[in-house]
Amino acid sequence: MLSVASVRRRRRSGSVKEGELEATITLAHGSGGRLTAELVESLFVAAFDDDAGREMDDAAVLESGEGRPALTTDAFVVKPRFFPGGDIGHLSICGTVNDLVVCGARPVAMTAAFVLEEGLAITELKQIAASMAATARRAGVRLVAGDTKVVERGSGDGVYVCTTGYGLVDKALQLGVGRIRPGDVLLVSGDVGRHEAAILLARGEIGFSAPLESDCALLDGEARALMASAGEGLRVMRDCTRGGLATVLCEFAAGSGRELVIEGAAVPVALAVEAVCELLGLDPLYLACEGRLTAVVAPEAADAALAALKSCAPGAARIGRVGDAERPRLLLETGIGGRRVLDRLAGGQLPRIC
Amino acid sequence: MADFANAAFQSREAAQHLAAQIAALAPAHRHVKIMHVCGSHEHSLVQWGLRALLPPGVELIAGPGCPVCVCPEHEIREAIALADRGCLLTTYGDMLRVPTAAGSLADAAARGAAVRLVYSAADAAKLALAQPEREVVFFGVGFETTAAPTAALVLADPPPNLSVLTAHRLTPPAMQLLLRAGEIEVDALIAPGHVSAIIGSEAWACLPAEFGLPTTVAGFEPVDLLLAVRDILAQLRDGRAELSNGYARVVRPAGNARALAALNTVFEVGATWWRGLGELPGTGLLLRPAYAALDARARFDLNLLPEPDEMPAGCRCHEVMLGRITPPDCPLFRAACHPLRPHGPCMVSQEGTCYLWHQYGDAGALAA
Repeated sequence: MLSVASVRRRRRSGSVKEGELEATITLAHGSGGRLTAELVESLFVAAFDDDAGREMDDAAVLESGEGRPALTTDAFVVKPRFFPGGDIGHLSICGTVNDLVVCGARPVAMTAAFVLEEGLAITELKQIAASMAATARRAGVRLVAGDTKVVERGSGDGVYVCTTGYGLVDKALQLGVGRIRPGDVLLVSGDVGRHEAAILLARGEIGFSAPLESDCALLDGEARALMASAGEGLRVMRDCTRGGLATVLCEFAAGSGRELVIEGAAVPVALAVEAVCELLGLDPLYLACEGRLTAVVAPEAADAALAALKSCAPGAARIGRVGDAERPRLLLETGIGGRRVLDRLAGGQLPRIC
Repeated sequence: MADFANAAFQSREAAQHLAAQIAALAPAHRHVKIMHVCGSHEHSLVQWGLRALLPPGVELIAGPGCPVCVCPEHEIREAIALADRGCLLTTYGDMLRVPTAAGSLADAAARGAAVRLVYSAADAAKLALAQPEREVVFFGVGFETTAAPTAALVLADPPPNLSVLTAHRLTPPAMQLLLRAGEIEVDALIAPGHVSAIIGSEAWACLPAEFGLPTTVAGFEPVDLLLAVRDILAQLRDGRAELSNGYARVVRPAGNARALAALNTVFEVGATWWRGLGELPGTGLLLRPAYAALDARARFDLNLLPEPDEMPAGCRCHEVMLGRITPPDCPLFRAACHPLRPHGPCMVSQEGTCYLWHQYGDAGALAA
């Protein structure tokens, strides 16, 4: 690790050029002084490439658009920071964009705040910023403002990222658990549980490995496909993050006051995820996804909605229905014809997964 | 979701076929109570919703088969004391949250003690090698299934900074004592598959011989458990009481010779305490004096004596463990006792009967 003084010395001697970054993050990078400015300009502004960010004002001033504003925020502390199928940067954009799109919003702009630990390799931070920029571009969302703080070595775990997203929802669009009706159909956009299982394997603590990548991905295409195909028949969408598919469906049951029934055999689960669950006694229905949504659609819209969903998410499936009973609970019909209740878990199955 | 595990043992057709046979075998005017003694069996029962497939007169109840649930409070307090003294305390995940009068291991971790969840006994040795300056303790809890890996750890010449705090128990002698004392009243027993893989199916021969109980060793897939119920009902109909092994693809009559030899080398049998059940002679696995150097109790001079009445006020976990009541019979269940704030041990472990009934719903609650 280089101290500020040694960097200045090296700069004077010509071994570190102006604008070129040191090897690791030091406390001085969070001082608000020259090193902070350098880090922000040469790393974040360069990567995010946005006019508002380049202005370096205290706030980004955006043009107002058509529709109702939607706002969401999320913090990301995943361990490890780089995992098969993604990294904390990609995750921090997907997580926030997905929260916007499942509410029916078009993502417009985002901000990002970083808490960096002294000693973090700058190359790693560059990779994370590049990954955020690439995912934001794909989502068509601008990264317009940010903040960087540095904590002493041992006070953090490399990088924590907090992103806030702003989007616009069409005035006419109505989505919500209150719109769920008996006979509605439950859809999921792909196989469940891969993110949490991949993180568990990536930690290398369990003594076996499997070819498994996180499902971490943007859900903007899936959300648009559902809105376009189901129209008014789309009741509600939600991304299946912490707590997995089962937790989201429990929320749907509680919010609608209805009994939801899913067929265990219809829920797609990757073979490797099933193997991990079998060996460790986990339930894939409760494992976090970072690129899957579940939706409730009216029965007459279900076929069109599933077909549209499959056009951008081939693994999508119809997994169950909303029952007639006015009893807010989630039931699982097991593969052998038994039934059981699925309730929210008391605690997570695994810490620091997103 | 039936691709990974042996599909034949998760087949809907087989399960429905067996359910019909079970319904036909169930006695019309008699209630049949079948006990299993394994947390993983209970997990399968609730996970697959198996009780919903059984006729009303056939009841499957959980016995003292959850290792976390039967671990007495003083052993957990020993582990907390070691963690508070600066040792790196390693153990299996379910132990962390079990409440005691002195808090839980998770509470100790929250106030700064080093407590680490491990997936195997061997992981504790790896941690000790990686941190030679630190005393690492492996808190080994469980029945014969987890006692064997603890024995292997002891025999594998562990690093000098590793010691073991053992809390291992034997299942067949405990069942014998509880049946003899009339503490458990059942019509038949499903013997645990994992434990039997170590000790062999023949270890259960005492149950049909001494108590006239049809006994069958079962695996963990839904079809395994339905086969066991069918076998037991057929025996009861014929007035037979035999030992059968429905898990022969894993369990041999004499068990795993290497594992048994390791257990015998490292441990001797003695009296031990079971939470809520008191001291049961001949049911504990105690480290032999030859391995005293590895015994955390000796190395750190622990002197915590068991206290006979350790159940929290109003807690009926011990009655749940004996199969006398089901969780909804306990007034604390789902009220004061909840997975977030467990009152008794059966609500903590993912193998605990109360936790599983809370999480997955019981068969009764599924009736419309």
